Amino acid sequence: MPNPIDTLFSKFRAVKRKAFIPFVPAGDPDLATTAQLVRALAKSGAALVEIGFPYSDPIADGAVIQASYTRALARGLRIDDIFRQIGPLAAELSIPLVAMASFSLVHHRGAERFIEQASNAGFSGAIVPDLPIDEAGELGRLAAARDFKLIHLVTPTTPPERAAQIARSSTGFLYVVSVTGITGERAQLPPEIIQQLDWLRGQASVPLCVGFGISKPEHVHMLRDHADGIIVGSALVRRLEQAGSKPEPRDIDAIADLGKELVDALNG
Amino acid sequence: MLRTIPDSHGRFGPYGGRYVPETLMFALRQLTEHYEKAQDDAEFRKQFDYYLRQYVGRPSPLYFAERLTKEAGGARIFLKREDLNHTGAHKINNCIGQALLTRRMGKLRVIAETGAGQHGVATATAAALFNLKCQVYMGEEDVRRQKLNVFKMKALGSEVIAVSSGSRTLRDAINEAMRHWMATVQDTHYIIGSVVGPHPFPAMVRDFQSVIGQETREQCREQVGRLPDVVVACVGGGSNSAGMFFPFVGDQSVELVGVEAGGRSARGGDHAATLSHGKPGVLHGAFSYVLQGADGQTADVHSVSAGLDYPGVGPEHSYWKDSGRVQYTSVGDTEALEGFALCSRLEGILPALETAHAVVAGMRVAKNRSHEDVVVICFSGRGDKDCFEVARLQGQQIE
Repeated sequence: MPNPIDTLFSKFRAVKRKAFIPFVPAGDPDLATTAQLVRALAKSGAALVEIGFPYSDPIADGAVIQASYTRALARGLRIDDIFRQIGPLAAELSIPLVAMASFSLVHHRGAERFIEQASNAGFSGAIVPDLPIDEAGELGRLAAARDFKLIHLVTPTTPPERAAQIARSSTGFLYVVSVTGITGERAQLPPEIIQQLDWLRGQASVPLCVGFGISKPEHVHMLRDHADGIIVGSALVRRLEQAGSKPEPRDIDAIADLGKELVDALNG
Repeated sequence: MLRTIPDSHGRFGPYGGRYVPETLMFALRQLTEHYEKAQDDAEFRKQFDYYLRQYVGRPSPLYFAERLTKEAGGARIFLKREDLNHTGAHKINNCIGQALLTRRMGKLRVIAETGAGQHGVATATAAALFNLKCQVYMGEEDVRRQKLNVFKMKALGSEVIAVSSGSRTLRDAINEAMRHWMATVQDTHYIIGSVVGPHPFPAMVRDFQSVIGQETREQCREQVGRLPDVVVACVGGGSNSAGMFFPFVGDQSVELVGVEAGGRSARGGDHAATLSHGKPGVLHGAFSYVLQGADGQTADVHSVSAGLDYPGVGPEHSYWKDSGRVQYTSVGDTEALEGFALCSRLEGILPALETAHAVVAGMRVAKNRSHEDVVVICFSGRGDKDCFEVARLQGQQIE
């Protein structure tokens, strides 16, 4: 059976559709809310969902996502619970799930066991944001053996030769980071991102998805002709944070509405 | 041979490496290149030596501690007096080196993390000296506990940024500094204060601190006519110990002893003895021993000494532990406080609480040896900064 991420993008490519990829941190404020959010975002037209695995020291993440992770961990969230309660949503909603997990978590469980359990739970791939390709050899081999995607990142500070190498190593899609820095909303995206996407198009055989800093339809309009998908995290998580420890149905709806707005901007 | 490490990937055996977001890879490569060139540049070394001598006040004395020796009742105890350096600790050695390198890279801004404030003050000092803009990240908890050092950093022209995320201590100050570095990597250098973090930091900081061990070798030969039998140093992240041990690693006759913080007890959360109780894992960009809880989340740690209160340790220490070249032991809060009092009364030297851990372990080692033997303790810093905390623990308050 082909990997659902490959199936998704070949289908989208055929109909010239672009993928809206929301990032949802697991367990904030609880996994039941996480599941509700994933369902609501799928209904809004999300093509794939990135699930954030809370980690105590996430150096690539900005304040909004770190605060979410801190809240989830303070309530005792465990990785097994994420696998058990979130993994099945992939089949239920027919939507691929990707784990965003720091290498510390993967290493602690054992790379092989992590991939096996994530894959059995329903995840189609993983992004390990603090594992540059130089250190990713073993994990990459283990992932390839199970057709579990290991998605690598290219950033504005990555020199061209290295970016080409990363583009070749990435499976599922290539995560193109739009800004120099950490996750979090930005008023504007740097215009150079367009050139980089167009250049990467010639280097990568996998789809290109852009993330970091994207929060508004204007950003999406700027990117949609140059990428296969956009990834949105902090803008959604901030709304979740504002909802507090007991989000109401209307809070979930508001996040889903923002998702819908971005999907429309992407494919309208 | 232990001296040829790390390899070109920054590996000390299996330890070290670079577990950082891709955004930082460019800066780490740039730093590695500049550092390698600087190492081979006689002019750079001359400048570094000049500032260490004329500004820091090196060489620091190797002092025979007669009364501590008598108290222990065994081997002769010598103290390598890093407390006499400008700013009162070994931290300045590394800061001078990295500030010179910052200028060499054409960057005009530095950032640093600090726990108790010693590395922050040393960085602020070097930044003032070399006219660099400086921001220091410090946990909100530590800002409150270390008002004096916060004042010093500001007086030196640096900005202190209180970190309110996560545990609000050193660990989060490092996270925050790394994040900030990711966004400013083009014009900013991150002066890490210990032998931790991604390659090349562990090797580079060790090299800048190696002046401690090199001087000790020469001074011991001069004063005793041979190398010491045992060298003892405390280990938090592990920079004073790495700088002390590294020049002795090839001398099989010299025993090396690293001293971690035993805290209140050996229970999880009560100590910061990473090498004694931890397991290999990833923290702050390197693979090394780390204290972790469930799922690989970083554990909470405790020590009376803020400088040892860290859940990780430099990768080279992990390598030395596994190879058996260095023995690691621990000293608890209560013993360290006793060591603080004893050293102050017997030698007239107030040790930093970090240093007090090494003093206690050094006296233990000396006790079981003959008077012919020589034990050198790395006296990493002075205790002024800890007077408030020690007084508080004694039920006194100093304003």
